[in-house]
Amino acid sequence: MATTFAEAAETVEHAARIEHVSKSFATPGGQQLVLDDISLDVAPGEFVTLLGASGCGKSTLLNLVAGLDRPSAGSIATDGRPALMFQEHALFPWLTAGKNIELALRLRGVAKNERRERAERLLELVRLQGSYGKRVHELSGGMRQRVAMARALAQDSQLLLMDEPFAALDAITRDLLHDELTRIWAETGVSVLFVTHNVREAVRLAQRVVLLSSRPGRVAREWRVDIPQPRRIEDAPVAELSLEITEVLRGEIRRHGQH
Amino acid sequence: MASTETKTVTDAGSVEAGLDALEVAAAGRTPFRQTFTAKILPPVIATVVVLIVWQALISFKIVDDPTKLPSPADVGGEFKRAWVEGTLLGYIWTSVSRGLLGFLFALAIGTPLGLLVARVKFVRAAIGPVLSGLQSLPSVAWVPPAVIWLGLDNSMMYAVILLGAVPSIANGLVSGIDQVPPLFLRAGRTMGATGVRGAWHIVLPAALPGYLAGLKQGWAFSWRSLMAAEIIASSPDLGIGLGALLENGRNASSMSMVFEAIFLILFVGIAIDLLIFSPLERWVLRSRGLLVKS
Repeated sequence: MATTFAEAAETVEHAARIEHVSKSFATPGGQQLVLDDISLDVAPGEFVTLLGASGCGKSTLLNLVAGLDRPSAGSIATDGRPALMFQEHALFPWLTAGKNIELALRLRGVAKNERRERAERLLELVRLQGSYGKRVHELSGGMRQRVAMARALAQDSQLLLMDEPFAALDAITRDLLHDELTRIWAETGVSVLFVTHNVREAVRLAQRVVLLSSRPGRVAREWRVDIPQPRRIEDAPVAELSLEITEVLRGEIRRHGQH
Repeated sequence: MASTETKTVTDAGSVEAGLDALEVAAAGRTPFRQTFTAKILPPVIATVVVLIVWQALISFKIVDDPTKLPSPADVGGEFKRAWVEGTLLGYIWTSVSRGLLGFLFALAIGTPLGLLVARVKFVRAAIGPVLSGLQSLPSVAWVPPAVIWLGLDNSMMYAVILLGAVPSIANGLVSGIDQVPPLFLRAGRTMGATGVRGAWHIVLPAALPGYLAGLKQGWAFSWRSLMAAEIIASSPDLGIGLGALLENGRNASSMSMVFEAIFLILFVGIAIDLLIFSPLERWVLRSRGLLVKS
């Protein structure tokens, strides 16, 4: 009934395995079921987006996978402790960009003399070389999210959980960060579980889109996305599939207005 | 869905570099001239105006009683006399050394106490309300019991300072910890910062601004309590601090001596704040981007 972080020695063929997970919260009106019998696997190196309207429990599910909360029923297994990126950058303002990354390295047990060099390399990976000594408030929104990405990668987990990480950014920056994320995902081979309510973003990024229904959250449908990378959000196949998914999504939402 | 049309995927890196440059504003240092006219000149002018009004009250005989209002020159003479006799710095040092030492004790007690109240639910429920209530109790109220318990010596002074400053420092730390954004705690936990490591790497640095505000207030309370104690409990064994100087002036019916003492008390309080606490606070806030230049 709990989230277990599997030992590295064990052979795991899944970056994350979510089995029959349900979650309910106590509310003044009684128990409220937020997630209902969710089963979902993420293969090593796979990019999966979780898509859904408000109230589908996307963020709740991500918290469960991250081990920040326990499922009411079912089990979740991940290969090591997953890294988590939020909609807000969640960088620590008392540390510089580089030191934020070094803190993640330090908490993972990386030796002191290696941290600086590794942090610089991670900053290079997100194209922020030269920003090591910058304070968080000196960076733009897009730069902050890239530092946050570098910090998440510093945890060296097999699984990167992303909770609407680009939702608060302007469209130009978001477009660029889609390109960056795709590149970094290909370069590092990390598995990604990406939560969003933006259909095109889901299709632009993922190999597999999982649509959740709302209240309670259930897996409504899944799509494989075979459009080759690099994609653009404006590409016709992306738009076409987005249209199809949007129709199903709207159908799911419509059900809630009927009673 | 394999139709790949004309891909115009440009080099994202160069676009990004341009965007980064556009969005990061260049920050420069404020020139001294600007600092001077904005920060230094106004208080200087205000002081000069007060002095002019004061002198006018005397010159135009609006207040014509030196036992009520001495002239600026008389008060200046008092300062000069104390300086020439070599007692001025002694008065200041007696009080400042007491105040700072007492404050350091208060720091050593208030900090762990604040941590305990913030982190242990039972302790918070038990003494949290009392601790905030104590802040509104004028610390001069502690002088009579302190004199009875400890007698007329330095330990009584320190007791009064502690009772005045510890609640402020502890409460500052408690509110600092309470205001740590939950997002930081969650981010820390996903990185493996839990328990003591979470407290050290996340909670304490995040609570620093609130803690510093508590220290600042704690110093103000230390100083006020000490002055109250020095005025009420004077004894030859205690040496002459600024509070005792004020009391001596009253006994000698020397209004210029009373004014001298009041000015010194005010001056020391402001100086410690300007020299120690304000720079510390500014540095912490600025490094976090919390200090907005107006």
